[in-house]
Amino acid sequence: MATTLERPVAVKTPAPKIGKPRNSWVAWIFVLPFLVVFVVFWAGPLLAGLGMSFTDMRSTDVRDPFAVDVVGVENYLRLFDDELMRKAALNTLIFVVTTLPLTIALGLAAAVALNSGIARLPAAFFRLGYYTPYITSIIGIAVAWRFLLDPDAGPVNQFLGWIGIDGPAWLSDERTALPVIIVMTAWRSFGFDMVVLLAALQGIPKELYEAADIDGAGRWQRFRSVTVPMLRPALLFCTVYSSIGFAQFMEEPLVMTRGGPAGATTSASLAIYNQFGAGAYGYAGAAATVLFTVIVALAFLQFRIGRRS
Amino acid sequence: MKRRASTYVLLAAGLLVVVFPFLWTMLASFKPESEIRRNPPTLLPAEWTTSNYAGLFERMNMGTAFLNSAVIAIALVVANLLFCSMVGYAFAKLRFRFRNTLFGLVMVQMMVPAIVVMVPQFVLIAKLGLVNTFLGIVLPFVVAPLGIFMMRQFIADIPDELIQAARVDGAREFRVFFSIVLPLCRPALATLGLITFMTSWNNFLWPAVVAQSEDMYTLPVALAIFSNAQATQYGLLIAGAVVVVAPILLLFLFLQRYFVQGIASTGLK
Repeated sequence: MATTLERPVAVKTPAPKIGKPRNSWVAWIFVLPFLVVFVVFWAGPLLAGLGMSFTDMRSTDVRDPFAVDVVGVENYLRLFDDELMRKAALNTLIFVVTTLPLTIALGLAAAVALNSGIARLPAAFFRLGYYTPYITSIIGIAVAWRFLLDPDAGPVNQFLGWIGIDGPAWLSDERTALPVIIVMTAWRSFGFDMVVLLAALQGIPKELYEAADIDGAGRWQRFRSVTVPMLRPALLFCTVYSSIGFAQFMEEPLVMTRGGPAGATTSASLAIYNQFGAGAYGYAGAAATVLFTVIVALAFLQFRIGRRS
Repeated sequence: MKRRASTYVLLAAGLLVVVFPFLWTMLASFKPESEIRRNPPTLLPAEWTTSNYAGLFERMNMGTAFLNSAVIAIALVVANLLFCSMVGYAFAKLRFRFRNTLFGLVMVQMMVPAIVVMVPQFVLIAKLGLVNTFLGIVLPFVVAPLGIFMMRQFIADIPDELIQAARVDGAREFRVFFSIVLPLCRPALATLGLITFMTSWNNFLWPAVVAQSEDMYTLPVALAIFSNAQATQYGLLIAGAVVVVAPILLLFLFLQRYFVQGIASTGLK
């Protein structure tokens, strides 16, 4: 997931007020860096991946990519028969539908608490603290969590032992491995939603709450009938942005469990990565194309639903 | 008043839970291996030691990895500052055909998952003979769509009169850009530089694919490989985690106002 605060919505289109486009070719020189990098490193590979998915290309074919055979949709058909791919798809689905609401709920709770008349300095302090997991390296975090959750040496099970609970082997138990990654991801990501939602909360006009007070609304009613509707665009953004990111999760299981135990934490992206590692480029390309299509469709669908309601 | 106090207590409790993994790991990295595994555990090291860090730098070429990460991050910062502001300027202030189409492509690139293009990107890098080179690690990211987006938003707010006046003086477009626009962009450039540094420093997947020998590993790659080989050497491993995480935490601590500005500058208010 990209580690940044920006969001690609609410664009104010800057009107090209400056007249006289003398030398419009100069403009092309200015956009040239993007054009070259986009075509060579992004659009090209995207199309090449699509093309590759209809061939039997393997890593050994890199020297001579035109020697590969076209196999049509065979890779795609194989995908749906592949036990591991199906498991990976299911894991990804479970991961997204659980992590998404958890992350947004935590982010919303933190944002509402920070917006409830806390003094400026402590608010900035809390915000900084809550945001730190989001800006730190996933590898550093994975190593730390693996240590914390170690069945013997880790403090989590030691604490549990004090209150008489025999903690599980978190990351090597099929029942707990994926839940751990879900909780870890929510912990790591909610700070982003918090920042976005806090900014949106601060933009709600005070008059709306005053009007609600006059109507005799209680706290919960105010939250439901003023705060939530006013937050809708920000919530929609968090939902779309996060689900795009969560649908491609792979670094977390890659470094925490390597997809195990027994494929319990193998995500769609990780399965593709493994196919790439095994040299099955055509097959990996087919899986990647399916994933990309699903992600784009998901984002599109969410925007449609979000706009309508 | 009572309500506010309970909010503070809640926020503080939440903070404790959130920073606990960092705090515990950071403190544990200064304990000897035997104390790390002791039950009941200690919060503060009973015996402070830096032997984990010493061992880490001895065993796994951390110095080289640290330097590689720094070189790559700085190169990407410089490239993005220049290119993103150039492209952003064109989108914000210049008129040319296909401008909106092109800007749509910026958005498209932002949505492409890394794993989807990874294989063909790697094949391309291999064709160019750039496997296991800095250039191979850096090239796909020299002009990030997010940076273009940010700079465009910021430059759009610069009054046209300033630019127009310089043009009347007969300054060429490049001089207008370098001597009028770029200096005005300083706050946005600071934000962009910071975000680029952080993204590059934390980036794992692509460097792990391109770097193939130990002397090319970045910090996250070196740590990931070490942790796969030595899964239970916790002293060394968590010291490694601290070395990876600490620079970004420090940077963020001192420069956090630029992050906040970054949010405002993209129209998120």
